[in-house]
Amino acid sequence: MSVVSVVSTAQPASGPDPDEGGRVVDDAASRRAVEAVWRIESSRIVGALARYTNDFALAEDVASEALAEALVAWPRDGVPRDPTAWLLATGRRRAIDAFRRRAGRDERYAALARDLGEGGVVTGGPGSAARADDHPDLLWDPDRIGDDRLALLFVACHPVLSKEARVALTLRVVGGLSSEEIARAFLVPVPTVQARITRAKKTLAAARVPFEVPAAQDRAERLGSVLNVLYLIFTEGSTASGGSEWMRTDLASEAIRLARVLTRLAPDEPEAQGLLALLELTAARFPARTGPDGEPILLTDQNRRRWDRSAIQRGRAALARAVAVGRGLGPYGLQAAIAEQHDVAPSVPGTDWDRIVVLYEALGRVAPSPVVELNRAVAVSMAHGPAAALPLVDDLVARDALRGSYLLPSVRGELLARLGRAPEARRELELAASLCENERERGVLVRKAAAL
Amino acid sequence: MSKYMLIMRATDEGAAAYEQLDFAQVIADMGRYNESMMDAGVLAAGEGLSDASEGSVVDFSSETPVVTDGPYGETKELFNGFWIVDVATKEEAIEWAKRAPLSGPGTKLEVRRINGPEDFPQDDEWIAKEEGWRQEQEQAQRAQ
Repeated sequence: MSVVSVVSTAQPASGPDPDEGGRVVDDAASRRAVEAVWRIESSRIVGALARYTNDFALAEDVASEALAEALVAWPRDGVPRDPTAWLLATGRRRAIDAFRRRAGRDERYAALARDLGEGGVVTGGPGSAARADDHPDLLWDPDRIGDDRLALLFVACHPVLSKEARVALTLRVVGGLSSEEIARAFLVPVPTVQARITRAKKTLAAARVPFEVPAAQDRAERLGSVLNVLYLIFTEGSTASGGSEWMRTDLASEAIRLARVLTRLAPDEPEAQGLLALLELTAARFPARTGPDGEPILLTDQNRRRWDRSAIQRGRAALARAVAVGRGLGPYGLQAAIAEQHDVAPSVPGTDWDRIVVLYEALGRVAPSPVVELNRAVAVSMAHGPAAALPLVDDLVARDALRGSYLLPSVRGELLARLGRAPEARRELELAASLCENERERGVLVRKAAAL
Repeated sequence: MSKYMLIMRATDEGAAAYEQLDFAQVIADMGRYNESMMDAGVLAAGEGLSDASEGSVVDFSSETPVVTDGPYGETKELFNGFWIVDVATKEEAIEWAKRAPLSGPGTKLEVRRINGPEDFPQDDEWIAKEEGWRQEQEQAQRAQ
């Protein structure tokens, strides 16, 4: 029996089909089928339940219970005709149970249990209980699904939580990943992820964080936190603190998917579009970034024919949307614009370095940092030669910026080498090598120094 | 994550039945379906194809390719369009396929994984190409 027939909703959820020798299917396949529905629907389900209960932690709990129930029931009874409605109805039932348990302690919960049971919260009054039960999909309020998912993202990325907790919670409730998947991606034990999520839910409850899209005055700051979490997920996926290649690529893809979701929910936020653009335009180069033995290949040496043209197209479209909002580009948008210049260039010499210098100048104004200045210096060296760039780098040295980082001596060494000042260049590159913690990059620096 | 192509296929009979549907309704259903995939962040690409009668077939059966106008001869099944979805598992691609607003006898969606770089040997010709390209770059930089 194939996976397709197991998950087919065309079949009613009746007993085993004798012609097919009973519903004997391998557990892994039916589990994946349930998980597929979950990944698509989890944020809508948790979001809707959080709105009904006005209790994010409870919503996450009962949604997880509904998923656990599905993992038992669907392989046994067949996949329900409307899997989403089934999950939602099960979650709601569990929420009512929870409220009833708490009702002894607090009359408020008894009232909530009654409201939910009668569908009053949803359909606006008593007398609709039977309808709500017959058609659990009536619980959907199509006008609010977007708001619910956006609120979910804002709550999962709330500033009261630690960065690790925001990342775990976002992947779990918005991305629909299991604790096991999150643990595997971050190379931490499963109980660590579970503890992070449990603690995060308690923190949100203790801080009485309401389940809502933040008001206008808080929106910019809260959105900043959401963007930062998605960026962290992406960089964890793209820079590899460890783990095998596919896991890392997976996290980066997950971040892109979440960024796409965010831009659909908040299309008029230029930085949301800017972040999506940056991620697409950066990931477009992934197919060329490692050699046959997994060694990193620098942008300069990448085979541009391997870049993902459709990802570049999607990234440029997102960047164009960010520009079209008309509020100027923020740090993510400007970084995306720089990535775009690389992605559309036929070669390193064929890159519009003048434009990149201007973009780095703009980035330095909205998000000043020594790393941005150093990158600007590199761009200047490409646009106007090493002599023009050296004073910018020397200025960073004089200010004692980027102390302890191999980046500054490595760039300075490059510039000196191109200026023909070999002994000084060798000293800088050797200093860079001694500061570099990445073995492969250290090897590159040592070889460059030796070749001078 | 992998990319899957959902390939719309229909027999002549299915295509004929499709012609009978209210066009505005078809467009609205497809629009809603596309939007749901965009909202979920999975839609990477998608296109519908114009009528097969407008197309041509280049047949490589003989030594010189033979071009014929219209759909591909004896084959009773037509390729009508596709979506590319960016999803974690094949099951998720199938789940999206099942939600497509299609119906009718002989109407099918084929779900196929799109090869990534990991599906190709990383040595031989690829590396040779890359080496050649790198040398070009180095020469260009020296010339600068």
